[in-house]
Amino acid sequence: MSTPLLQMSDVWLRLPGIANRPILAGVDLEVAAGEVVGLVGESGSGKSVTARTALGLVPRGAQVEGRVLVDGTDVLSAPADRLRRLRSESAAMVFQDPRAGINPMRRIGDHLTEAARFAKRGEDVRAARKRALDLLEAVGLPHPERHLKQFPHELSGGMLQRVMIAGALMGSPKLLLCDEPTTALDVTTQKEIVSILARLQQDEGMGMLFITHDLDLAASVCDRVHVMYAGQVVEHASAKELFASPQHPYTAGLLASTPSLEVVQERLRPIAGTPLSLLADPLGCTFAERCDRVMEGLCTTQRPELVEHGDRADRCLLNQTTEVAG
Amino acid sequence: MTALLEVEDLCKTYRAHGHEVAAASAVSFRLEEGGSLGIVGESGSGKTTTARMVVGLERPDSGRIVFRGQELSSRPRGRSERLERARAIQIVFQDPYLSLDPRVAVGAAVEQVVKLHTKLAGADRRRRVLDLLGQVGLGEREAGTLPRRLSGGQRQRVAIARALAVGPAVLVLDEAVSALDVSVQAQVLNLLTDIRELTGVGLLFISHDLAVVRYVCDEALVMRSGEVVERGSTAQLLSAPQHAYTRVLLDAIPRPA
Repeated sequence: MSTPLLQMSDVWLRLPGIANRPILAGVDLEVAAGEVVGLVGESGSGKSVTARTALGLVPRGAQVEGRVLVDGTDVLSAPADRLRRLRSESAAMVFQDPRAGINPMRRIGDHLTEAARFAKRGEDVRAARKRALDLLEAVGLPHPERHLKQFPHELSGGMLQRVMIAGALMGSPKLLLCDEPTTALDVTTQKEIVSILARLQQDEGMGMLFITHDLDLAASVCDRVHVMYAGQVVEHASAKELFASPQHPYTAGLLASTPSLEVVQERLRPIAGTPLSLLADPLGCTFAERCDRVMEGLCTTQRPELVEHGDRADRCLLNQTTEVAG
Repeated sequence: MTALLEVEDLCKTYRAHGHEVAAASAVSFRLEEGGSLGIVGESGSGKTTTARMVVGLERPDSGRIVFRGQELSSRPRGRSERLERARAIQIVFQDPYLSLDPRVAVGAAVEQVVKLHTKLAGADRRRRVLDLLGQVGLGEREAGTLPRRLSGGQRQRVAIARALAVGPAVLVLDEAVSALDVSVQAQVLNLLTDIRELTGVGLLFISHDLAVVRYVCDEALVMRSGEVVERGSTAQLLSAPQHAYTRVLLDAIPRPA
């Protein structure tokens, strides 16, 4: 078996002075070539921090422990120039808000070829421009030549997100990290962008980490899905299994909270309370205070480990004690 | 029977730099007493413009808004007319960060509205404020805190409490749950259902999310480029969409493989 493109093992990230609990508390995550791995969870669960940490983009003052390997490079100990090369050649990222990631004063063409000049040393601007044109066409933009000369404000959000995807692919990355790439877009635009991402991912054989809060989207895009809560992966499984039979009460709660198009719901069953505050650092399970199946005296005092059951895993004492009892 | 709210042929065109954009063209709908009507569509479809015209924040170029048989003026003028419109129709916006004054504690923010619209004073007024906060699941503890100390879901509850303080007949919700996490969104959706049952308020529920509209609304309109392309019961819209655009919209919603 080939080594995964992204391998995060027992990654901890603390922000002293800002958060009492670890922002990431022992995250394990792997993305192999040709695979789409989903990361779902609510705000503050640590999805984005996980993706950023994968590229060594950690907040100032953060204390990071654990091991992050991207295409064989140890991200947490690599020198700055190695990291910079890694971010342009091996891995790239697409963010939620395309406007936040592009200089509004510079033309689309400058934005795209700058990335290419950086990634491919010595390659001349003309070749970069050619690749930019090819990629703009690949992401489904109608007039590549004209778009190169346009400024970001001349394009709609959906068109600009296509440009950002083209930009991320300029360096032919092996690993693409997508952080809520379609959340700001209309649903019909989302459908187009997602199918473009899926096609490019397959054509290039890229590994993709796909972050979203939309469970149905994750189910339709990803091979495997990891569910995060309060800085931990609380469950992972194949997309199909996860949604058919969620094992962690948080995953089950998320599904029960989501309004459905297909099924008539008399009443949604929301998860009680709100996501764990950064200031709270409970002794036991981080989900215990919201859990409808909490076992008093057990869940509140004991931190569950992520336990594998076949090719899936979850972090819930409920499933571990039944197994012992059974 | 007289409808709670009847909107007839509302039109609004924006003009800028020689361009004209028809944000709403002949939008018509009826909201019955205690009913719930959804408006769905993508960005730029005219959902928000329609909502703003209904609450009197935007002046229609033409068309009528009839509230319980009485036509409302296209733009409320003067204090009494504005207060009257506010008592009939209230709105909750998408972003509770922008709709609450960051310097005013939650209880005081609700109290401002009670003070403006009722004659209650002193202990009675404070009791009413706690009642309203209680209706949206907030307690005395939250009443003393500033908005920034609250989560997004709690802030949106405050915005709903302020809207309810007036005792409106129509509550317009413009993407009011769109920015919330799914578990919190579900709490607010259930809250809206409860409030509708409890107070009989009619809901005009604007959202890009068809599943959410299905959950909240009996009927819905589908809008595109300022026009209503289809209307019907939500069940019927989802199971047997008639207009091609409704089908495109439904088709684009991700579903587990």
